[in-house]
Amino acid sequence: MEALTIKNLKKTYEGNHEALKGIDLNVEEGDFFALLGPNGAGKTTTIGIISSLVNKTSGQVKILGIDIDQGHSLAKKQLGVVGQEINFHQFEKVGQIIRNQAGYHGLSYLQAKQNAEFFMKRLDIWDRRNDQARTLSGGMKRRVMVAKALVNRPKLLILDEPTAGVDIELRRSLWDFLQEINNELGTTIILTTHYLEEAERLCRNIAIIDRGEIVENTSMKDLLARLEKETFSMDLDKPINTIPSNGDFDFKLKDSRTLSVTVKKGQQLNEVFKTLSNEGIEVLSMRNETGRLEELFLSLVESDPDKSLLLDVKLGEME
Amino acid sequence: MSATETLNAFLTIIRKEVIRFTRIWLQTLVSPAIMIALYFVTIGVIIGSRIGEMGGFTFLEWMVPGMVMMSVINNAYSNVLSSFFSVKFQKSIEELLVTPVPNYIILGGWIFGGMARGIMVSVLVIIVSLPFVNLSVQNWPLAILVIFLTSMLFSIGGFINALFAESFDDVSIVPTFILTPLSYLGGIFYSIDLLPEFWRTVSLGNPILYMVNALRQAVLGSSDLATMGMTIQFALFMIVLFIVILFFLALWLLNRGKGIRA
Ligand SMILES: Nc1ncnc2c1ncn2[C@@H]1O[C@H](COP(=O)(O)OP(=O)(O)O)[C@@H](O)[C@H]1O
Ligand SMILES: [Mg+2]
Repeated sequence: MEALTIKNLKKTYEGNHEALKGIDLNVEEGDFFALLGPNGAGKTTTIGIISSLVNKTSGQVKILGIDIDQGHSLAKKQLGVVGQEINFHQFEKVGQIIRNQAGYHGLSYLQAKQNAEFFMKRLDIWDRRNDQARTLSGGMKRRVMVAKALVNRPKLLILDEPTAGVDIELRRSLWDFLQEINNELGTTIILTTHYLEEAERLCRNIAIIDRGEIVENTSMKDLLARLEKETFSMDLDKPINTIPSNGDFDFKLKDSRTLSVTVKKGQQLNEVFKTLSNEGIEVLSMRNETGRLEELFLSLVESDPDKSLLLDVKLGEME
Repeated sequence: MSATETLNAFLTIIRKEVIRFTRIWLQTLVSPAIMIALYFVTIGVIIGSRIGEMGGFTFLEWMVPGMVMMSVINNAYSNVLSSFFSVKFQKSIEELLVTPVPNYIILGGWIFGGMARGIMVSVLVIIVSLPFVNLSVQNWPLAILVIFLTSMLFSIGGFINALFAESFDDVSIVPTFILTPLSYLGGIFYSIDLLPEFWRTVSLGNPILYMVNALRQAVLGSSDLATMGMTIQFALFMIVLFIVILFFLALWLLNRGKGIRA
């Protein structure tokens, strides 16, 4: 079954800002799925709609086959959400926050207490259960957010940039923890991120969102393989009819005077030219045909977590 | 959600609300009790002795039901207002919105929390009044009913205010400019017999007047209700009517996501 099905989802915020332009998304049960995209792409809006924090403009959302408009309460029962921003009451105690969340889901006091204890221990916040939430460090607060989202033992866990602004150590331990949850409990996990490395490390499938549109939805493997390649477009001095043959390169004729070639990153372009000149073809000009996806990726790769870590730490101290 | 689950969620909200105001008990319980004690000493005892009778009772006797009502109204209202506003402000409202808990349970939970505080403070006020005045309550069940309904009504009012409030400055607008004046002009200190014809008529438009006098009727066995040409049943009916109207208004706003959903 599909853990999440989204059809033609649109959201226009007040003031006519079109944040989602009709997205489609399918996530299989048991999957570890990444929704990758730069800031402002519409990730939080999408999650907001799934978790009924944001009213959609149109479209359909199903959680484990249940339409959120019709089976509202049944659908939400299966859901745990870790929001992008800390959203618990700072003056409440950690244990209380997590227990209450279970209570809102309808668990009895005793059951809530048990589940809360289980996840607080797993996330190493058990010792802080009687402390007011505001006394916790940023990283600890993140863990409270995760424990809170899991306390009803949801089948679908959604995390909105869970590792933005946390230090390397916590980031790694959170990654391990999520993988355990995915393996042990079979919880379907969807996380949004703007770090490629995070998606690469954790996720089997991936969708890429940009400016309110899904630009790619595929397996992590396929995506990485595709990013390994580069395509160039070449203008030729005179028309040709036959495509040059060379097993190593993938040539395509766009029109009689434009030839495109796809090479693996790192492959020598010299080889391409050699092949062409052997066949008497001269290249007048050449350009890299970087598509929207590749461009997007370049920008994402530049915001690699480990590179931007210094900045994160600084921001963390200022909070 | 099953009935048991719904009940569990409801109890969770109420428990959380009671824990909230008892955690800050100095502000929420002791401070209103001290304020009322000061009213009793300054206005009730010192000035009151020079005022003489009011509606056939000593001024202190007359004043006690008014003080109880004023504290029920203020505390029920401000409890829900500040609690729900801060839940909105800290975004912890999201904790509830992502769960299957129905909106009427959210609303009901906060109302019960406000009622719990209103009723607790009213008990404190009655205790504080004991050294000053020896009251024998004429009709306990009626007194309890009036306090119960009034605390419910103003809890709902506080909830609606919280939905509309967008900043800390907004929070105090209604309490300062509407609730406090209506309370002071709602006959907590005086009988409307003392007012000139015109102001007496104007006063009839003030709902708090009916509640204060309904409690006075229950406690003293006599009130302005008769002067106003009104029975206690009618006063109770009006309070219940207001409760029903405001409850559904609050629920409608909540369902629409007023102030909480983008
Ligand atoms: N409450 C809101 N009102 C108006 N515009 C919003 C609101 N929330 C988000 N947006 C806009 O919608 C777009 C998508 O935002 P968001 O979903 O937060 O992106 P992401 O999570 O991918 O960074 C952005 O342009 C943002 O400015
Ligand atoms: Mg976001």
